[in-house]
Amino acid sequence: MSKPVLLVTRRLPPAVEVRAAAAFDARLNPEDTPRSGADILRLAQGADAVLCCPAEKLDAATIGALPATVKALGTFSVGFDHIDIAACRMRNLPVVNTPDVLSVATAECCMLLILAACRRAGEGERMVRAGKWTGWTPTQLLGTQVSGRRLGIFGLGRIGRELARMARAFGMSVHYRDVQRLPAELEAGAIWHEDDESFLAASEIISLNAPGSGATRAWLNAERIEKLPPGAVVVNAARGTLVDDDALIAALESGRLAFAGLDVYAGEPALSPGYLALENVVLLPHLGSATVETRDAMGHIVLDGIEAILAGREPPNLVR
Amino acid sequence: MKPRLIVSRQMPGPVAVRIRADFDCPWPEGRDMDSEEVLRELAATRADALLLSSHLKLGADVIARLPDHVRIAATCSVGFEHIDVAAAKARGLPVTNTPDVLTDCTADLAMLLILGTCRRAHEYDAIMRAGWRRGYGLGEMLGVQVTGKRLGIAGMGRIGQAVARRARGFSMRILYSNPRPVAAEDAQGATYFADLNEMLPHCDILTLHARGGPTTASLMNETTFALLPKGAVFVNASRGSLVDEDALIAALQSGHLFAAGLDVYRNEPAFDLRFAALPNTFLIPHMGSATIETRTAMGMRALDNIVAVLAGRPPIDPLWT
Repeated sequence: MSKPVLLVTRRLPPAVEVRAAAAFDARLNPEDTPRSGADILRLAQGADAVLCCPAEKLDAATIGALPATVKALGTFSVGFDHIDIAACRMRNLPVVNTPDVLSVATAECCMLLILAACRRAGEGERMVRAGKWTGWTPTQLLGTQVSGRRLGIFGLGRIGRELARMARAFGMSVHYRDVQRLPAELEAGAIWHEDDESFLAASEIISLNAPGSGATRAWLNAERIEKLPPGAVVVNAARGTLVDDDALIAALESGRLAFAGLDVYAGEPALSPGYLALENVVLLPHLGSATVETRDAMGHIVLDGIEAILAGREPPNLVR
Repeated sequence: MKPRLIVSRQMPGPVAVRIRADFDCPWPEGRDMDSEEVLRELAATRADALLLSSHLKLGADVIARLPDHVRIAATCSVGFEHIDVAAAKARGLPVTNTPDVLTDCTADLAMLLILGTCRRAHEYDAIMRAGWRRGYGLGEMLGVQVTGKRLGIAGMGRIGQAVARRARGFSMRILYSNPRPVAAEDAQGATYFADLNEMLPHCDILTLHARGGPTTASLMNETTFALLPKGAVFVNASRGSLVDEDALIAALQSGHLFAAGLDVYRNEPAFDLRFAALPNTFLIPHMGSATIETRTAMGMRALDNIVAVLAGRPPIDPLWT
């Protein structure tokens, strides 16, 4: 029996491409050329499944025009904002994503941002690398202590809980805000806040770990920043849309907030130029899940899902 | 009458506030002075005590010239390589340092080095400062996951143990080398190696927390770097003298090491600029204790030592007994 045909829209990590090429008649993209909706429709002719990435927008028109042979759609991501799920349902096209596997890498990224922002690593790095270091002094580049501080986590989902576990190893006390209080075994001692007011007041360091659409759009605005303790630290490795950029930049300029660490931006890869002028921010280019281990795991779970659908089984990572 | 104090280095604000309140001191906020100026000021003010830090070399020659009315020299640092302790002892001059208070701060920084080095923080920061503008492919610019890896700790003192506690939050398996095994309650299940060379082949990530001095000079050299597995990550937030920097640069250039994170260097601040030319390094300027909280605690601890000795009590952190 011939192998099923899989269209892969972008270049994948080597270990994942090896598996895809072994299990499928795989149409890979070794040049990593960006694909438009029209490209995908053309390349998907005769394919049994499509593995796409967040960079491609699969709107209702594209989904509706996919060849009838396509029986499974996988996305190399947790999020599926780029796919019109309703259109997939209409066409009876099952979709699989990559939940869970990137929680740890993203939580590591949050902890890195917390430490790097509080300890002024960006400033120190730039000073050393530019050859401008003139020697140690007792008052040079003094940051703020991370150990023992109060950490507020906005959104205690999988990533938030991994971050809480890491933070506890630094002797931090964890506070959180979420739609509802979690069961005790998931809270693991984290303190729930019923309202923004008390949550923000408790958060010496605040990490945003919530989805960035709907009610949480621009959640961290000027009014909420004012409720944080003076000199608080903000980190965001979730969604750029959670933050009102102008308000955050103003608070970092005025010193109302001491430091910030960001991995995500509204409108990325373009970002508010105001951030680039600030010394007291650490900026990363949305690489929260960018470890070899995580990207391999993402590839394997999405291929597992596609294989399951083609074999007539229901995969655990089916998007509902 | 308040005791008279000379402060030979700038101090954080809260320390200066205490100096102004409790001491008679011409520059309570501190002023950077060399040894000649310090000797002159001590004599001119008939000072009872000297508060210094690691920039001031208190060799046998300077100690011999200290006026008799100086009853203690307290350094606002853990390290005391800059003080000739034997000469101080011969003279009967109490000298003190500030241990303990920077354990957490330094352990936090070691963990920052580990995360920043594994997750390519320098390269990512450079991408951002250059304006970004291009998304990265799914196999591009990937770092190494920290969680679940094997962490080797060379030197399991207070700071090494504090790093191990933090690393457990990342489900890391902890290995350590030390002259002696530490007590079970301090080891917390970490695997002991009497010989560093035996441990190195099992380390995905290696962090140094050993003392400086002749016995540990160039502990990491061409031979020992070669014992680490290919693709290992190396970080050092303890002493620059522990590392043969030529060997480290060669291991980074050849790709034997994935990356290195450094807070300390053989020559500071005139460190080897070849490190700055390498993309797979994460470099910070000796910031292990650089938080307002810790620097303040260090200054306060040094003052506590001064107060104790001037009140006729034994010093809290004596460098000789």
